[in-house]
Amino acid sequence: MKDILSGNEAMARGAWEAGVRFAAAYPGTPSTEILENIRNYEDIESQWSPNEKVATEVALGASIAGARSLAVMKHVGVNVAADPLFTASYTGVNGGFVMITADDPAMHSSQNEQDNRNYARFAKVPLLEPSDSQEAKDMLKLAFELSEEFDTPVLFRTTTRISHSKTMVELGERPALEPLTVLEKDVPKYTMLPGFAKLKHPKVEQRILDLAQRAETLDVNRIEMGDPSVGIVTSGVVYQYAREAFPGASFLKLGMTYPLPQAMIEEFRSKVEHLYVVEELDPFLEDIIRLMGVKVDGGKDVFPITGELDPGSVARLLTAAGAPGADADLLAEPGPGVEGLPMRPPTLCPGCSHRGVFTVLSRLKVFVSGDIGCYTLGAMAPFGAMHACVCMGASIGMAHGISKVTDAQGQIKNQSVAVIGDSTFFHSGITGLMDTVWNQGASTTIILDNRTTAMTGGQENPGTGKALSGQPAAEVDIPKLVEALGVKRIAYMDPYDLTETEEVIKRELAVPEPSVIIAQAPCVLQFKIMNDPWTVDSELCTGCKRCLRVGCIALSLLEGEGEEDTLVEIDPVQCNGCGVCAQMCRFDAILPPVPVEA
Amino acid sequence: MALEKIDFVLAGVGGQGTILASDILVEVGLEAGYDVKKSEVHGMAQRGGGVESQVRWGEKVYSATVEKGEVDFLLGFEMLEVARWIDFLKPGGDVIVNRYRIPPPPVNMGVAKYPDESEIQRLLLTRAGRLVWVGATDVARELGNAALSGVVLLGVLASDLGMEHDLWLGVIERLVPERFVALNREAFSRGTAIGAEMLV
Repeated sequence: MKDILSGNEAMARGAWEAGVRFAAAYPGTPSTEILENIRNYEDIESQWSPNEKVATEVALGASIAGARSLAVMKHVGVNVAADPLFTASYTGVNGGFVMITADDPAMHSSQNEQDNRNYARFAKVPLLEPSDSQEAKDMLKLAFELSEEFDTPVLFRTTTRISHSKTMVELGERPALEPLTVLEKDVPKYTMLPGFAKLKHPKVEQRILDLAQRAETLDVNRIEMGDPSVGIVTSGVVYQYAREAFPGASFLKLGMTYPLPQAMIEEFRSKVEHLYVVEELDPFLEDIIRLMGVKVDGGKDVFPITGELDPGSVARLLTAAGAPGADADLLAEPGPGVEGLPMRPPTLCPGCSHRGVFTVLSRLKVFVSGDIGCYTLGAMAPFGAMHACVCMGASIGMAHGISKVTDAQGQIKNQSVAVIGDSTFFHSGITGLMDTVWNQGASTTIILDNRTTAMTGGQENPGTGKALSGQPAAEVDIPKLVEALGVKRIAYMDPYDLTETEEVIKRELAVPEPSVIIAQAPCVLQFKIMNDPWTVDSELCTGCKRCLRVGCIALSLLEGEGEEDTLVEIDPVQCNGCGVCAQMCRFDAILPPVPVEA
Repeated sequence: MALEKIDFVLAGVGGQGTILASDILVEVGLEAGYDVKKSEVHGMAQRGGGVESQVRWGEKVYSATVEKGEVDFLLGFEMLEVARWIDFLKPGGDVIVNRYRIPPPPVNMGVAKYPDESEIQRLLLTRAGRLVWVGATDVARELGNAALSGVVLLGVLASDLGMEHDLWLGVIERLVPERFVALNREAFSRGTAIGAEMLV
């Protein structure tokens, strides 16, 4: 049976067909839908974890217990999970253990553009890279076979264009599995004391050599001979681009991109006149191939090290480097993009509970140490109220550091706050707050508790009282947790009440000890909260535009005949009736909905 | 005979139904015997950003993403977003555009101006061989649901492509929840009627 699947759907299917029993993940674009699809297979036990490190550790535990297990995350999640990954490379596995890393070249939805292929070489584990949905499904099965055969975690790399493209897939079935009944203990294998780890390291090095041998015969690595004047070494989605750009060329298509098959690469080199390595981001393949002593006629001297490639750029850049045979249609330099059109940046939704907080923070002129989530949009116009954002959980530690050096000099005392969402706080904000308290900091932390992981589409988290599939679960009590960390001042505010929000933030900023402000209001998008729209009284509106400072797309300027006739109007379809804009109005021109008489 | 390559871009704003429309387009291509790939970038679209979906039909499709200057059909769900994608259209390609505007935040805030319809028309005609304006949202609202506008546009596209309508209707019936099938059929046939009238 065939079906058209996104790469993420195909990986979920591949996990099922591979007999995976356990999968864990933390949501992150472009990886999120992998676990959301795995959830639909009842014979796979699956869960969101509080962060990627924990997801990796629980998956490793399931592997030690004999289950084929999977950990899924976006590229920066692997940074968080690197600690268990690197030593799991030493312990090896029992049931196959695969980590999916979803990289995001061009940063469609990420804070950096790191090339996670480097992790395979660093952690000394094999790396597989599919180039369409069929391969995403089939190669995941291969990943589990290699994991068990070579006693190693396997890194499986997808990119945004693989994860979010739909292509045809021939479906398979899931094998019947025996129940796992025996939990074997093996101290030297799984207990990485130095004495045991020293025995493991040489085995890890030998394993990479053995895998390189195996790479020579894997059918995911293959030579596709065409015109011998142009030889292209490539992998992942770039294979599709290069195939389209140079339909007649010769290809070395690599499905396993670490370790590399040296004999196959040398054979390919000997068959082609010019050899080009075509890859996005780092010169990962190119560096290793050059270190083999194989002559490369074009790599990162031809292609950019940043951003994505596409068939046109491959055709044009390789043609400029002297390679013949590009598809003529692709060679025309694309015209300039359309200029002068107003941008359409993402914004906080109408009715969003973050709006009031950033309206106030913008007014208070404090330094806002921010974090990863919808609320990162507080950095955008008209708020401009986020002044640093680095990685998950960083806001609290950075605010503490800022306060440590500025307060000590008596310069900018209490002029910084950390802003973090509930899911991000659970992910890795807790230890930052612990540090602040422990080291006698004084910074203020605002936890925007909207009861969901909103940015990635509304996943459950440890504070929502529900698990992956919505089943009831224990609910972390944020105030009690914060109290247990040693925070003595816990304040609450209604983020829809601008006066209260401003009073509470000002009060906590003035106190020379750590404080936490909890703004609890559910995400209107996720919980489908709809309030009746407010209206503008055109007699009272002066067109002063003060309400526009709340950055809501339901508000717009209505152009009148003369300059003074420019008024604000509210789109009744977009407005979610939160009333934040009305609190900005000095003329009481924004009116609440009239209650319908019973 | 090898099937001709046909590339489509669907451009709109989050919540306008571009994803469903592109899914329908994918299935129609498959039923017509093409190799089909589709690509889209989501992530922040729920927060009012632009949404674009790329669908490619061909004898054998490699890249799921389309090339600038190579696209055969541009379907605009919103006037500004379709203008933003015009440089992807091949010279002489077809543009079907919903006469509907959703002002972006800089326009709402009064720091940018939404281009006039005549300016958008001028931009589209720099490349379009055929430009069809459709009041798809108006038609959809007449039918009781603005979200039907995408299927109205697909109806116009079906006329433009000259493909059998039953093929499209079969796919729509398969992909749309049962209680909405009748409305979607109606929306599609309104679109084909508009197409038949405008594309002679």
